[in-house]
Amino acid sequence: MARTSPWVRLTLRTVVIVYLVLLVGWPVSLVVRATFTDGLTALRDALTDPTVVFSLKLTVSVALQATLLNTVFGVGISLLLVRTDFRGKRLLSALIDLPLSVSPVVVGLAIVLAYGPRGDWFGPWLTGAGVDVLFAPLGIVLATAFVSLPLVVREVVPVLEEIGTDEVQAARSLGANSLQTFWRITLPSIRWALVYGVVLTLARSLGEFGAVKIVSGNLEGRTQTATLLVEQRYHDFDHATAYAVAFLLAAVSVACITLVTYLRPAHGNAR
Amino acid sequence: MSIEVRNATKRFGDFVALDDVSVSIPTGQLTALLGPSGGGKSTLLRIIAGLETADSGSVSIEGRDATHEPAQKRNVGFVFQHYAAFKHMTVAKNVAFGLEIRKTPKEEIRERVDELLRLVHLQQFADRKPSQLSGGQRQRMALARALAVRPSVLLLDEPFGALDAKVRKELRDWLRHLHDEVPVTTVFVTHDQEEALEVADEIVVVNEGRVEQVGSPDDLYDAPANRFVMGFLGPVTELSGRLVRPHDVHVFTEPPAGLASTEGRVVRALRVGFEVRLDVALVGVPDAAPTTVTLTRAESRTLGAEAGSTVWLRPAPHALTLAV
Amino acid sequence: MTTTLAPADAPASPAGTAAPRPRRPRRSRGPRALTPASRVGLGVGVLWFSILALIPLVAVVVETSQGGWDAFARALTTPQTAAAIRLTVLNALGVTVLNAVMGTVIAWVLVRDPFPGRRILEIVIDIPFALPTIVAGLVLLTLYGPTSPVGVNVANTQWSVTLALAFVTLPFVVRTVQPVLAELDRDVEEAAASLGARPFTVLRRIVLPALVPAIAAGASLSFARGISEYGSLVLLSGNLPMRTEVASVRILAYLENGDQTSAAAVATVLLGVSLVALLTLDILQRRVVNRGTH
Repeated sequence: MARTSPWVRLTLRTVVIVYLVLLVGWPVSLVVRATFTDGLTALRDALTDPTVVFSLKLTVSVALQATLLNTVFGVGISLLLVRTDFRGKRLLSALIDLPLSVSPVVVGLAIVLAYGPRGDWFGPWLTGAGVDVLFAPLGIVLATAFVSLPLVVREVVPVLEEIGTDEVQAARSLGANSLQTFWRITLPSIRWALVYGVVLTLARSLGEFGAVKIVSGNLEGRTQTATLLVEQRYHDFDHATAYAVAFLLAAVSVACITLVTYLRPAHGNAR
Repeated sequence: MSIEVRNATKRFGDFVALDDVSVSIPTGQLTALLGPSGGGKSTLLRIIAGLETADSGSVSIEGRDATHEPAQKRNVGFVFQHYAAFKHMTVAKNVAFGLEIRKTPKEEIRERVDELLRLVHLQQFADRKPSQLSGGQRQRMALARALAVRPSVLLLDEPFGALDAKVRKELRDWLRHLHDEVPVTTVFVTHDQEEALEVADEIVVVNEGRVEQVGSPDDLYDAPANRFVMGFLGPVTELSGRLVRPHDVHVFTEPPAGLASTEGRVVRALRVGFEVRLDVALVGVPDAAPTTVTLTRAESRTLGAEAGSTVWLRPAPHALTLAV
Repeated sequence: MTTTLAPADAPASPAGTAAPRPRRPRRSRGPRALTPASRVGLGVGVLWFSILALIPLVAVVVETSQGGWDAFARALTTPQTAAAIRLTVLNALGVTVLNAVMGTVIAWVLVRDPFPGRRILEIVIDIPFALPTIVAGLVLLTLYGPTSPVGVNVANTQWSVTLALAFVTLPFVVRTVQPVLAELDRDVEEAAASLGARPFTVLRRIVLPALVPAIAAGASLSFARGISEYGSLVLLSGNLPMRTEVASVRILAYLENGDQTSAAAVATVLLGVSLVALLTLDILQRRVVNRGTH
């Protein structure tokens, strides 16, 4: 539209703002209100409850492990997908997106079937070797890594494609080996995309619920993550704690998103 | 011979980029690989640099077999058409890169970087990022970066291809001077015959994956091995079944006595700067494209030929002609 | 042709003798073959990907097939499961249509209507993507639940499913359409306007056709996410059999009852639908990319 009439523009703007306020803005702000109705009491009470503290620690630890795994995997696979040719590359690249559209419940079920003691796959063998996947932190890490797997790849691949290989070849011709080229040339060129992907992975990992619910068994003080605790406390009518923990989770995820929103325009196009 | 390529063949799928090519590049000279786009000259250069591997054949650099050496071991300097600047590093850091990789002492790196930035006239831009430089400056930075490691050969892939005409011309002269100052064996790829003729000591004409001719600019211009080289190095036109350069055609307003000539009618007279171009439709071959003749303005004025005039054409004595 | 000047790129070839020049080859600086080191890397990467995602997903399909066709059909035609799948698909479709419209409008406002506070909207749009789903459910329950300050209570009704899905799928269409709209050549619209097209005609004939692949790509993502949603519904929908129970909840219920085969059957259906959505997306993304380069 070369010129849009101010009237149309204002109407659309209003519609969008009203829609977003009703759907997202207002409800989210109410959780903040609900958390602080009694000042900081609810938050303080929650943070002195050892079960809550345990669940928060478990959540952070699982999220960090899953993020680390996905970062290493994501960067490696992105480099291979963009810079090398091999059979089945298109298939792999399509499959990597799969976890984004698989229901968390299906993810949980899949892990139960493949690695659970009652499954026909690796479960019995793992149990024999003394490795517990289900109802153990390992299963939670697997489930969390599964659901957040593609996020780093999706951010890094387009940037790698855009920067091409000229700089890498220049570095090679100047005597740099593969490792030197990666640390000195490739990594600095993709660093903002990588930060973005890592932050998204972290946010997604902190908040995973469905898959974790199935594989963890939701054992209070042992395998209960923060999101599982929110559900349980809400059902147990401990709304104050539910809101306080939900607020903490929401605060972290909104902080992640805000960080990323401010990172992206500043550095995304500045190459 | 500084670089020897023997029987190099390279295919990309069905496309044959190089077809059994052998070339020797003399030490200390400025050699141009000249040819049309897609003719294989860039592939040849990249095989010399080790950025591409030939399907068969061998490469040796300064007597050392480099066929299976990776790019980082060959000690060649490579300059890319689109600069390949390390965008996150300053100009000085770009130039220092190869030296840092070689673990050169800091003090020595600093001196060498200073020296090179002075050589390419970028000393005042040392702390800028490449994005703050113009295209020509970036390409000079890329040259300094390639030269910093004292390469045994310097390879340039269409180094001026991405620059506008004026900057191109300046950099061309500057490269010639630089080579006189730093006489490292240099090979550059270009599709611009004027650039090759003006800058190179020796030209290798590459077309459709084969070497058409190797020689000095004069050799190539005066004694082209075939019609392709003749046509690629300069303008040609057709006169009585032979190819000839348009400035090697003599024009008469009367049939020249005792000399074979071809009669025609001027269909167009066009002045281009200091020269005048006549398009002449030859009598007896009405459907053929007109023959083109170039005259100086003075010649044209003396002759008085204009559109519609009848003229007689013949190749100048000693003119180079090739059968069509 | 009898050429007098040889332009750089079209060398004068003797009249009609030169064969047509072959098309420019695939540039040599494309991806290259694997080196031994990258072969190892690829092996490790694919192994990890298989352990983490492929093997478990295959296990789901295998579990389904072990029950045989009858068990599969029985699991899916159980009234409660059939109702759950119908509810899930219908709501996902409805929300996808809603997103196709609202997402495009939001993207338009973000790209073409620079007003102060746009940055805040950018963040608001990404919140559903980052917010833990259980928190999303709680958030919606606070405004649209039994204790709603505005007196709207959708909890335990089918509307709660629609609401939750609309919340979690909000960013998809916006985020796929936005970059395409931003890249869209304003010249073309101005040219159309200069040829006499009214703003609405420009929108219909020029802008929307260019956005369709992006809208469809966002819609397919949004649909895939919609049918697989679980977390945000847990607190909001009440999981009432035959009324507000979605497919994911059915899977969980089967699993909790120890009926892994029926759980796997429903999961296989969801996986199949996800795969189709993903394939559609892959094809559409290729079209978006091609549109960009031609």
